[in-house]
Amino acid sequence: MDKNKDIETNDILGDVTNNEYKYGFTTDIETDIIPRGLNEDVVRFISAKKGEPEWLLEFRLKAFRHWLTLTPPKWAHLDIPEIDFQAISYYAAPRKKEGPKSMDEVDPQLIDTFNKLGIPLEEQKVLSGMAVDAVMDSVSVKTTHREKLAELGVIFCSISEAVKDYPDLVKRYLGSVVSYRDNFYAALNSAVFSDGSFVYIPKGVRCPMELSTYFRINASGTGQFERTLIVADDDAYVSYLEGCTAPMRDENQLHAAIVEIVVEERAEVKYSTVQNWYAGDKEGRGGVYNFVTKRGLCRGDYSKLSWTQVETGSAITWKYPSCILAGEGAVGEFYSVAVTNNYQQADTGTKMIHTGRNTRSTIVSKGISAGHSQNSYRGLVKVAPKADGCRNYTQCDSLLLSSTCGAHTFPYIDVLNDTAIVEHEATTSKISEDQIFYCNQRGIPTEEAVGLIVNGYAKEVMNKLPMEFAVEAQKLLQITLEGSVG
Amino acid sequence: MKEILLEVRDLHAGIENKEILKGINLIVREGEVHAIMGPNGSGKSTLSEVLAGNPAFTVSSGSATLNGKQLLDMTPEDRSHEGLFLSFQYPVEIPGVSMVNFMRAAVNAKRKYFNEPPLAASDFLKMMRQKRAIVELDNKLASRSVNEGFSGGEKKRNEIFQMAVLEPKLSILDETDSGLDIDALRIVAGGVNKLKTEKNATIVITHYQRLLDYIKPDFVHVLYKGRIVKTGGPELALELEERGYDWIKEEIDNESK
Repeated sequence: MDKNKDIETNDILGDVTNNEYKYGFTTDIETDIIPRGLNEDVVRFISAKKGEPEWLLEFRLKAFRHWLTLTPPKWAHLDIPEIDFQAISYYAAPRKKEGPKSMDEVDPQLIDTFNKLGIPLEEQKVLSGMAVDAVMDSVSVKTTHREKLAELGVIFCSISEAVKDYPDLVKRYLGSVVSYRDNFYAALNSAVFSDGSFVYIPKGVRCPMELSTYFRINASGTGQFERTLIVADDDAYVSYLEGCTAPMRDENQLHAAIVEIVVEERAEVKYSTVQNWYAGDKEGRGGVYNFVTKRGLCRGDYSKLSWTQVETGSAITWKYPSCILAGEGAVGEFYSVAVTNNYQQADTGTKMIHTGRNTRSTIVSKGISAGHSQNSYRGLVKVAPKADGCRNYTQCDSLLLSSTCGAHTFPYIDVLNDTAIVEHEATTSKISEDQIFYCNQRGIPTEEAVGLIVNGYAKEVMNKLPMEFAVEAQKLLQITLEGSVG
Repeated sequence: MKEILLEVRDLHAGIENKEILKGINLIVREGEVHAIMGPNGSGKSTLSEVLAGNPAFTVSSGSATLNGKQLLDMTPEDRSHEGLFLSFQYPVEIPGVSMVNFMRAAVNAKRKYFNEPPLAASDFLKMMRQKRAIVELDNKLASRSVNEGFSGGEKKRNEIFQMAVLEPKLSILDETDSGLDIDALRIVAGGVNKLKTEKNATIVITHYQRLLDYIKPDFVHVLYKGRIVKTGGPELALELEERGYDWIKEEIDNESK
C-alpha cells in the first residue's frame, strides 16, 4: 500500500505548478488531425481534445519530459529500422464511418481469411470497417451485456470514459504498475496514449463473462497508443481477451501499448491475447511495429495472474508480459505461442519477479519460426533475497520450419534466495519430412499436416485460451504458416 | 479372372542417384495376399515407400497403376485417397496431435477428395469405436498423441487400426511383424485378416515366415538386388525359412556372371 501512496503523492504534488500554458495550442478543438511531430503542445492538445482533468495532463507532461531524456532500447535481438518519432501524427479523431457499404465492396481476400477463421458475418462487417448502423445486432448484444455487468458493479469502459466517470480509481491505479519511467515506449505511451480499456471488478465478484469477446468492436479503433488498466479487487475474478484473430487493418506502423493489471488479495486475472496485426508482405515490406509493455502486480496474498498470448502478426514484436509476485503465495503464469514467418521478427517472453514469500510461477513458451524470420524468447526469473520458498518452472520450446529462420533463447535467472527452486527446460525441433509424409500417406495434404503438427506442438498453450477463442486461434496458426513448408 | 489392382512394370527407382529398384514387375489382383521377402538391403522397404510416394525417392523409369490409374503421377495424399495404404515399419510420432484429430483429418480429407461432406462428429466417434475393436486398441490409446509413447506393439496395432478406418484397396504392410511378441503378432495379423475382403488386396513385406503362419499368402516373391528373382506359392516361404537366402543369391549371382 505504501507504494500506492507514494504514487498518489507524486501525482498530486508533482508539477502542479505548471505554467507553460502560454503556448496555448489547446483551443483549436475542431481540428481532427494535428501536424506530425511531438512536443508539449501536442501532449496538451491530446489531453484537451479528450477533455482531461489537470492531473492527467500533468501525468502526460511528466512522461513526455522524461521521454525526451530516453533513447529507444537496443538490447533486443531485433533489427529495428530507425524510427523518426517526429514524423508520426500523434492524434487523429476517431475514424469516420465511411467504410464499405456492403460486403460486396470488401476485399475478397479479406473475406476469404474471415471465412477460414470462421468469423460470423456480423462481426466481419464490423472488422472490415462497415458503418455501425449496418450491424445493429452486435450493438444490441453489446448493450445487453453492459447492463448485466453494471448490476454486478463491474466497470468495463474505455479509459477516456473512466477518466470522466471514475477519476479516483483511474488516478489511484494509472501508472502504478508500469511507471512512465519504465522504458522508452512506456514513457511515450504515457505521454500520448490514445485510448484503451478500463476494467474494475469489485470485491468478491466473479465476472460472469469473458470480457471483450462480445465487445470486440470496442477493442478496435483505439489507436496506436493503447492503454489498458485492469483492477481485480479482493476475491474477484475476471478473464479478459485482447485482440482479434482477424487480420487488423491499420495504417499506423508504430504501436506502443501499455497494459497494467493490479490483482488484490485472492483475486485472479486471466489475460488472453491474440495478436494478428499486419505483418508486412512476403518480402518484409511494411507491417506493424508492436512495442508493448504489459505488466501485472500481484499485490494481494494468494493472488493470481495468468498471461496467455498467441502472437502471429506484426513485422516486429517487442513484448514481455510480466508478473510482479509481491503478495505471499501469489501465482504468475505465462503461456505463449509466437509465430514468425517471412521476414517477421519477434523478441518476446516474460519477467517473473518473485518478491513475496512462497510465490510460484510457470512459463511455457512455444516459438514457431518459418521463412526468413527471427524468433527470440527472452525471459527473466528473479527471486528477491527475502522471498523464501519460491518456485519457478520454465519450459521454452522452439520449432523451426525452414533452414533460413532463426530461433533464439535468452533466459535470465537471478536468484538471491537459497530456498528457491528454479527449473528451466528448453528444446529445439524441426517438423520432420517423415512426419509430413506420414500425414500425406494417410491422405492429409501438407498444408493441413503442418497445421496439425504446429497446433499439436502449441497445444499446451492453446488449451489455456478461452474455448471460442481457441478454435479461431488454431485456424489462425495454420493460416499464418500457409505456404511456409515445402 | 479377378480385376488387377496394382500393376508395376519395370520400375526403376532410388535415392540420391543410387539405384535401388532395378526393374520391378508385379501384378496384384483383388482378393490376393502377396508376401515379399528377401535379405536385408534388397529394396523391400524402398518398393513400399516408392509406391506410397515418399518424395525422398526418385523414380527413373517404369510405371505403376492402381485400379488402372497412373500411380506415379499422383501426390502421396491422392494415392491414399485412391486406396493405397502403407503400414510403416517405423510409425512416426506426432506430439500433441491426438489420434482422434489425426484420423478425423485423414477421413475428412478423403471425403473431400470424393466431394463428400465431412463426417459428423458423433458418426466419426462411433466409427472409431467400431474400428478400435478390430485390433483391440483401447480407448486411452486412441485419445493419446499419434504414436507418442506407444510401445512397439502398440504402434503396429495403431497402424492396422488406421488401415481399418481408411478401408484401403491395397495395403502394404512393411515389416509389420518386426518388434512384436507372439501375442501382439496374433492381434495384428488377426486384424489384417478381419479386414480382408474379395475386393481388396495386401502386400506383406517380411523377413520371416512366422507372420505368414497368420496371414496366409497366395504368392511369395523374393526380392534381391532390386529385382523380384523368384515367385512361388506359400511353400516358397517355408523353403526360405529352412534354407535361408544364400541358395537364391548364389543362383542369381551365377546367372549374372
